[in-house]
Amino acid sequence: MTRFLTIAFLALASIAAPAVAQDTPGPLRIEITEGVIEPLPFALPQFIAGPGAEDQAADITRVIAADLSGTGLFREIPRDAHISPITSFDSPVEYADWQAINAQALITGSVTIEGGQLVVRFRLFDVFSNEPLGAGLQFVGSPDSWRRMAHNVADNVYERITGESGYFDSRVAFVHEEGPKNARLKRIAIMDYDGANVQYLTDSRSLVLAPRFAPDGQTLLFTSYESGSPRLYTLDLATVSRRPLSDHLNGTMSFAPRFSPDGDRIVFSLEQGGNTDIYLMDVATGMQTQLTEAPSIETAPSFSPDGTQIVFESDRSGSQQIYIMPATGGEARRISQGEGRYGTPVWSPRGDLIAFTNQQSGRFHIGVMRTDGSEERLLTSSFLDEGPTWAPNGRVIMFTRETAGTDGAPAIYSVDISGRNLQRVATPGMASDPAWSPLNN
Amino acid sequence: MKLLLKLTLLVAVLGLGACANNRYLGDTTINPNAAGAAGDPNSVAYFNQTVGDRVLFLVDQSSLTPTAEATLDDQADWLLRNMEYTALIEGHADEQGTREYNLALGARRAASVQAYLISRGVSASRLNTISYGKERPIEICSNESCYAQNRRAVTVLSAGLGS
Repeated sequence: MTRFLTIAFLALASIAAPAVAQDTPGPLRIEITEGVIEPLPFALPQFIAGPGAEDQAADITRVIAADLSGTGLFREIPRDAHISPITSFDSPVEYADWQAINAQALITGSVTIEGGQLVVRFRLFDVFSNEPLGAGLQFVGSPDSWRRMAHNVADNVYERITGESGYFDSRVAFVHEEGPKNARLKRIAIMDYDGANVQYLTDSRSLVLAPRFAPDGQTLLFTSYESGSPRLYTLDLATVSRRPLSDHLNGTMSFAPRFSPDGDRIVFSLEQGGNTDIYLMDVATGMQTQLTEAPSIETAPSFSPDGTQIVFESDRSGSQQIYIMPATGGEARRISQGEGRYGTPVWSPRGDLIAFTNQQSGRFHIGVMRTDGSEERLLTSSFLDEGPTWAPNGRVIMFTRETAGTDGAPAIYSVDISGRNLQRVATPGMASDPAWSPLNN
Repeated sequence: MKLLLKLTLLVAVLGLGACANNRYLGDTTINPNAAGAAGDPNSVAYFNQTVGDRVLFLVDQSSLTPTAEATLDDQADWLLRNMEYTALIEGHADEQGTREYNLALGARRAASVQAYLISRGVSASRLNTISYGKERPIEICSNESCYAQNRRAVTVLSAGLGS
C-alpha cells in the first residue's frame, strides 16, 4: 500500500521570471458561474526530465493535463501545434509563439531526481499579458508520491486561474460491487479522485454501505452487516484495520454516520422498534444523545462546515423532505420547497449550498439549493441518481448513477455545480456510495 | 450443552414425529430443504410454502393489507403450534428510493409484521427484526411487477428455545 508521504513545499523566490514583467494585470481568469463558458486553452509542453526521470516527467505531465481538462474549464492545445519547444526550464518564454496558437495559459516544468527524491518544478504564464502568473514553485517528495505532486501542480494552476481552491489532491472512498443484481457483493474501497490507486479495504463477505471520511482524511466511517445487523465501524486507512464504533443495543440498527467537522462527534441514524431517529455520538466517550424524537423516519444527517447545524431528511410531513436543526438537536425547519421527494442532503464544505437527491415523476436528480432552500437547481436526471458528495472545494459533486433493468449497474459520476461536465469516474467495476475526502494533507 | 441437545431432541421428537430423522440435530438452524415433506404441517417447508413466509407492501407503505394480515394470522398459528422456533423478520424495499430511507422503510415493515404477530399471541422474545432496505431484491427487473415482489417482509425461521 502506498503511504502518503509528506511533500515539502518550497516557494522558490529565486526562480527568476524569464520575461519582463508588465504592469497590466493578467486577464487570465475563469469565473466559475452558471454562465456558459468557453474552456480556457492552455499549453502544457512535456515537463523537462532530468537524467533517469523521463518516465516520471511524461506521467506527471499527463496527470496535470488530465486534471485540468477533466474540469471542463480548460482545454489543452495539442503538443504537435506548439511552435517553439521548451528545452530548458529556465529559458525565456517566447510569448508570441504561444499567442500565435491561442494558448492563454502556458505551464512549463521540470522533473528531476535529486538525492533520491523527486523534484517537480513548474511555472505558470499568462500568455496574453506577457508575464508569469504567480511565482514558480517546486515540490519535493519520494518518487512514489509523483501523482500527488502532479495533482498539486494542477491544483496550483487551477487556483491561480479560477480563484477557487483546487481539489485534485484528494481521494474518494466508495463501495465496489460485483455480481448479479439479486446477489451483489460489496466491498469498501478507496482511490485517488481520478480513479488511480484503487485499494480494497474490506472483503465481500458482509454487506457494507456508504463509507465517509473523517475530517483528517485518515479514517473512514461505514456501515456493515458483519455482526448480523447494520452497525457502525471505523477503519484506519494506514493499517486497514476496522473496529465497531460502540456498544450496540440488540434489536437496533445504526447507519448513515458522518463525522462533525472537528472530528469530535458522529451523527448517525438509529432504528429501534421500526422507528428511525438521528443520534449524536461523542467520539471520545462513546456517549450517545438522541437529537430527534418523532415517529417519522429521520435519517441521512450531515453537519454544516462550522459544526453548528445538521441537515437531514425526514418524512414527518408525509413525504421525504430536507430539514435543518441545531447540532445539539431542537426545532427543525424545513428547507426543501420544490416538487417531489428530497433526501441524502449534504452540506458543501464552503457552507453555501446543500446538495441532495430529488425524486419526482419516476426520475431521480442530483441538485443543489442554498441553505435556506432557495435557488434550487437540479443538475442531473436519470433512472436512479443518488447520494451526492462534495469535492473539497465545493464546486464539483460525485454521486451514484444506477441503470435500469435486470442488468442494471451502479457507477460513480461527477458533475460541477453549474450542471456542466457530467462524466463517469473510472472504477475497476461497478461502484456506488462515493465519499470525497478533504484535500490530502 | 448435553442438556440442550436432549431438550432439542425431545422437542423435535414430540413436534415432528416421523420426520425427525431428516434433521441435523444439534444445530440451531434447521435447513428448510432438509426438513420433512412439505405436507407435514409442522415443517419449515410447510411454513415457507403453504403458510407463506412473506407479505407484500404497497409503495412507501408499511401498513398491512388484508391479504398480509391473513398470511400473518396463519404464521402466528403455526408459530404457536411450533414453539421451538424463533423468527427473524426481514424488511425490504424496492429500488425506487434512496439508500438510507429504504433501510428505514424496510425496518418499518419488519416492525409492522412483528407487532402484528405479537398481537396474535406470539411472544416478543421469539421475534427479531432486520432491514435490508433495497439491498436484497429477489426480482431484478425495473418495473412494478418486480418492485411489488421486492416490497416485502420475510419471516425466516430458526430452531431455538426462544431468546
